[in-house]
Amino acid sequence: MAKKPNNKRRDFLQLSTVTLGAVGTAAFIWPFLKSMSPAEDTLAAGSTEVDISAIEEGQSITIKWRGKPVFIKKRTKDEIDAAKMVQASDLRDPQDDADRVQKEEWLVLVGVCTHLGCVPLGQKVSDMKGEYDGWYCPCHGSHYDTSGRIRKGPAPKNLDVPPYTFLNDNTIKIG
Amino acid sequence: MDKNRKVHQFKNPVLNWIEFRLPIISYFKKEYGDYPMPKNCNYFWSFGALATITLVTMIVSGIFLAMNYTPHTDLAFDSVERIMRDVNYGWLMRYIHSNGAAFFFIIVYIHIVRAMYFGSYKYPRELNWILGVFIFLLMMATSFLGYTLPWGQMSYWGATVITNLFSAIPFIGEGLKTWLLGDYNVGNATLNRFFALHYVLPFVIFGVVGLHVAAVHVHGSNNPDGIDIKTNNDSVNFFPYMLIKDTVAMCAFGVAISAVIFFGPNLMAEVDNYIPADPLVTPAHIVPNWYLAPFYAILRAVPDKLGGVLLMFGAIVILFVLPWLDRSKVRSCNYRPIYKWFMMGFFVNFFALGYVGMLPAEGLYLLIARVGLLYYFGFFFIITPFVGWIEKPSKLPLSISDVYAKNIAPNIGGGEKGIPSPAMQKDTNL
Repeated sequence: MAKKPNNKRRDFLQLSTVTLGAVGTAAFIWPFLKSMSPAEDTLAAGSTEVDISAIEEGQSITIKWRGKPVFIKKRTKDEIDAAKMVQASDLRDPQDDADRVQKEEWLVLVGVCTHLGCVPLGQKVSDMKGEYDGWYCPCHGSHYDTSGRIRKGPAPKNLDVPPYTFLNDNTIKIG
Repeated sequence: MDKNRKVHQFKNPVLNWIEFRLPIISYFKKEYGDYPMPKNCNYFWSFGALATITLVTMIVSGIFLAMNYTPHTDLAFDSVERIMRDVNYGWLMRYIHSNGAAFFFIIVYIHIVRAMYFGSYKYPRELNWILGVFIFLLMMATSFLGYTLPWGQMSYWGATVITNLFSAIPFIGEGLKTWLLGDYNVGNATLNRFFALHYVLPFVIFGVVGLHVAAVHVHGSNNPDGIDIKTNNDSVNFFPYMLIKDTVAMCAFGVAISAVIFFGPNLMAEVDNYIPADPLVTPAHIVPNWYLAPFYAILRAVPDKLGGVLLMFGAIVILFVLPWLDRSKVRSCNYRPIYKWFMMGFFVNFFALGYVGMLPAEGLYLLIARVGLLYYFGFFFIITPFVGWIEKPSKLPLSISDVYAKNIAPNIGGGEKGIPSPAMQKDTNL
């Protein structure tokens, strides 16, 4: 039979070995998990410049930015007024129209429904625009207003506004 | 090594040579030769074998498809079309694989219905049931991953919608989704990893199926009367009786699946998946595969993103605890006069959920989905425990051979004085 002090020493050695083994295994697994995150070239997919001079009032175009559709809409006076009239506190995701645009006639949105990622309808004249005359997601019936804010349906958030800057009056840089 | 180990002796010396080193021959003889099956088992008990055969068919056809498939967003759709048009018998491989997936679910759903109606999930087969639900989950994951590979519109948008379910999780959801996709949206990184996982998961399923079968062989199969085997007179040997019966079932199944593969290969396919994936245009109506539709109906019936996702996953997770929600000791619904009808109602309800899951979530369909959702969870949380408590079951038969003698074959015997069951006859050696 081993004496007590020896047992303590043995326990310590066992515990520290198992601990080191566990830490080592975790360290070994980490690169595999991390390899599934977006790669460097995906992250670098960067920015897109768009010429907006040809867009008429009331017209909207779709461009691709980081693989996603981005809506650029030149809003009409009525649409701007409709968006401004709304009390932010009445909304599911409260936000004033002024916080969503840099120049009030230009609305720039990521065209991805915040529910489950479909592209909402409303870019074409013939599309359904929903009850608030903005966009309507056909997948699960979310309605967005003329500021891209969620008004009705299962989506929890307003359509995202991507980072963008006006390089000049005719060009927007997205990203 | 245990020097006293008794080595099974066969007539064939080659078998003896193997048996001495690896007792696999006696294992197979025990598990698939002499394994006693209750002799009252009906054709419902052939669906486990059918599911195994289908799994193997899916793996084989999948491997051959993979030899001609290219997992890249620019090439995937065309490589599938090439399989259909140019590869020798490529169309057959693909139609076997796509329709095989649908039939796999049909078979497994019948297998689950069997287990629920006849109470196969109850003591002592709870772990068996849990492994089965786990297989069902793996199957759903695998079929979803596989559906992405042809890179049509339904592939792309189905993948988008399903991976976005994870973004409903508070705080970590968006990050988790991005990690799963390897990009900010479904893209080439996603397609590549989905292909890798779709290739490996069936082998994981195969492993769990091995455990599932090993587990059922410990206490033996359940039967339509839900009573245990008491004497040899209650059972027949797996070989040849069950093997032959399963083969008959396999022939019928082969006719059914061939009819679809050769005469209606696209019956269960979505037209939109023959349009190449377009990340800028969502199809007007995204439809899941019919075999996932009941769960999709539950997702859409809830007017809240996180709530819908939780209930949808909850609808599957609840299955794991069914053995503990059901307090009745009587296994077979044939002897449960009240629960039987609720159980049938559950099956009809599940079917109805699947039906409305394929249709737009509005008006009457939405109402049906919501009622169906209530019944689905009500069945597990209220009806099952409550009925088990108040119900007075009918009188159980004394033994399997007793049922057999009275109902199934009153003229040819069974029972105490009938002809001896083959299981009682002398073992035939290999």
